Amino acid sequence: MNAPDARQYEALSIESAAIVRTQSAWGRVRASWSVRIGGSVLALLVLLALAAPWLGTVDPTLFDAGSRDLRPGAQGEITTLEGETVKHTFLMGSDSLGRDIYSRVLYGTRVSLLVGISTALLALAFGIACGLASGYLRWLDGVLMRIMDGIMAIPAILIAIALVAMWRGSLLTVIVAIAIPEIPRVTRLVRSLVLSIREEPYVEAAVSLGTPTVKIMFAHILPNCIAPLLVQGTFICALGILVEAILSFLGVGLPPDIPTWGNVMAEGRIHFNEYPHNIFFPGVFLAVTVLAVNILGDGLRDTLDPKMAKRV
Amino acid sequence: MSDNALEVRDLTIALPPGADRTEATSRVSFDVGRGEVVCLVGESGSGKSVIAQSVMGLLPRALPVTGGEIRLLDEDITRAPPERLRTLRCVRMSMIFQEPMTALNPVQRCGDQIDEVLRFHTQESHVERRKRILNMLKEVALPDPERMMASYPHQLSGGQRQRIMIAMALVLDPALLIADEPTTALDVTTQAQILNLILSLQKTHGTGVLFITHDFGVVAEIAHRVAVLRLGQLVEFGPKQEVLTRPAHDYTKMLIASVPSIQPQARGADAAAPVVLATRGLRKIYRDGGWFARRREVRAAEDVTLEVRRGQTLGIVGESGSGKSTVARCIVRLIDPSAGEILLGGLDISGLRASALRPLRSKVQIVFQDPYRSLNPRRTVGEAIIEGPLNYGIARDVALERARRLMALVRMDAQALDRYPHQFSGGQRQRICIARALAMEPELLIADEAVSALDVSVQAQVLALLEEIRARLDLAMLFITHDLRVAAQVCDHVAVMSKGRVVEYGPAKDVFLRPQHEYTRALFDAAPGRGFAFGST
Repeated sequence: MNAPDARQYEALSIESAAIVRTQSAWGRVRASWSVRIGGSVLALLVLLALAAPWLGTVDPTLFDAGSRDLRPGAQGEITTLEGETVKHTFLMGSDSLGRDIYSRVLYGTRVSLLVGISTALLALAFGIACGLASGYLRWLDGVLMRIMDGIMAIPAILIAIALVAMWRGSLLTVIVAIAIPEIPRVTRLVRSLVLSIREEPYVEAAVSLGTPTVKIMFAHILPNCIAPLLVQGTFICALGILVEAILSFLGVGLPPDIPTWGNVMAEGRIHFNEYPHNIFFPGVFLAVTVLAVNILGDGLRDTLDPKMAKRV
Repeated sequence: MSDNALEVRDLTIALPPGADRTEATSRVSFDVGRGEVVCLVGESGSGKSVIAQSVMGLLPRALPVTGGEIRLLDEDITRAPPERLRTLRCVRMSMIFQEPMTALNPVQRCGDQIDEVLRFHTQESHVERRKRILNMLKEVALPDPERMMASYPHQLSGGQRQRIMIAMALVLDPALLIADEPTTALDVTTQAQILNLILSLQKTHGTGVLFITHDFGVVAEIAHRVAVLRLGQLVEFGPKQEVLTRPAHDYTKMLIASVPSIQPQARGADAAAPVVLATRGLRKIYRDGGWFARRREVRAAEDVTLEVRRGQTLGIVGESGSGKSTVARCIVRLIDPSAGEILLGGLDISGLRASALRPLRSKVQIVFQDPYRSLNPRRTVGEAIIEGPLNYGIARDVALERARRLMALVRMDAQALDRYPHQFSGGQRQRICIARALAMEPELLIADEAVSALDVSVQAQVLALLEEIRARLDLAMLFITHDLRVAAQVCDHVAVMSKGRVVEYGPAKDVFLRPQHEYTRALFDAAPGRGFAFGST
């Protein structure tokens, strides 16, 4: 062995001179403008939703026959549940029942964000479980994936309508109904990730170290799927918000008295020509929210993509 | 008019801010004469590929040329506009790449891809072009040129694809051919053929060749002159004989000393040492195809019978697809063998179920080829090393203490335990992988091409480390490699595999000095740089 000779020059070897500097994934994420913009808009929306009672709103379910179809900014009055009539400025006008659109849109933000985030979490949770099982336990793969194919064969909106019709519209029903059609997509994503990660030498090394299968799945494979899942999660969130609005608009989502953007728009649909503000304001909120979530997702994808994680 | 094909003067190329140095190359000067082969040698990160790209005008925007000039046939092309470079490429300079599969377009026939070059640069008619392509394919010694023209890249072997690349590069008879590690992805026997081909074509066409490689064996085979790069600086440039036999710079000396000699080491192997692992008639057949596809069988390993004794190293050598890794993976039971016995300390583990196998897993550990993929990027080095002991119920602090001792054994700082793998270089990661394997206190350590992805100087260090550990812990080692030089240095016994079968098996000295099987002989004949006594400085 000629090693002693080699070792005498060890200091000259490139390796000892090389300094590996990488920017952490989190650092890249924070530096991304897409993430900053999408994140701030979303943060603002969350703030609006949480602070809705203190932002000059009234109870969004209140109506007053005297204040129907008011233009944005018009003064009017509204009757509280106690029977008192109070003066109120209708910033975004009122609908044909005399409800304050501004209050309904702001409270609707709560519903939309809640639905979006819960759908994403629910779809991810089930998708990850099915995907891991299907990708790592090959005997389960055939059965699981055929079930997923079956779900994917039915149009998503149809499944949602059927489920809501079966269980009646409540927040939970709507969330589940929107999440179920998304599960196969997450499953497929996770499965494809698992199929490539399970071939990685570090997984094989874990097998030869005697690591139990469950631990391999959750400690070795899952953490390496997180980045694409985070991205997929934001897209599901955006989709969930949209589908909830669509369901409400079609009248198969949450009951019409619950303030959601879709319900407000559905209500305003009939008088759209005379009173476009009924649709305009919730529409703008919907569009901005979905755009913000998608921009955030794009930013995350660009920064967390493994191809981007190279040396600077 | 100088008679150089290429002249590079004081070439300086900047690196983007935040890189490990400010310049990819610093004031590099060399030239390539007409009909001369100049080898550009260096370890990874030395800037050799960047130089090739700068000559071809293929540098990414992030790497601008900030100084010096590049002259191709006396024309300054350092800042030539893209249109000018486009007319020069293939006509005056051409390039071939390491991976011919990705360099060729998979959805175009090979003939059409060569034809594209001619359509762009000449006004010849279809018939003339076709004749020219056929002649060129004959010149690169491809059998049945007509069929080759009509083939898609995936239908050809790696060597054939590289021949197509060479045909495409030389069809317009350029004055300069840049070859960027063109044989690194090929097996030794194919490599020898391609090197011969490049040499003979270069002679008949009088082409100047800039040959980029990390392999001193290849340098010894092909070069007229050698340029050695280290961290973007040219440390030595001179005739081959001089650089290889009387290197002036310490770095060159170190590199050449690191190249393992192909002469086997004299080692006293104790023939009575207990057998740690033996295989008897091991077989692995991959079955392909499903409900609708036709079933196919690949015999990856057939009738493999081997023995590893305590304190000794058995090498399995062979080309890609010879089944050597399949055997290793069967022994670790990452895959299930189709037939045969795997005797671990006398107990057959080939058919054991997962639960029965678990207590035995600690006895056999494996180190993989790719240091960048062998460690989970999301777990610290410490977690990786103690994972195995924790699986076997050893307390966390005991395992951590063991990890600290192992880090010292593989000559790494114990602080490394709290860091993540991406903070380490390839050689350091391989040391970590060795420590992880040793944490299990195995009886058999399998090194599956464990030093193949490393630079030659790092490879020497890791080999020395493995030797030291084997001797100190009295380990049995199964060393799988395609590199005969490495095998010659570490193995007591050698098994040569070809097409899933062991064609020759015996003490390393016998196999290396008196090879019996014709495949073994072909393998040795193909080993580049046999004539040079490397590793003996």
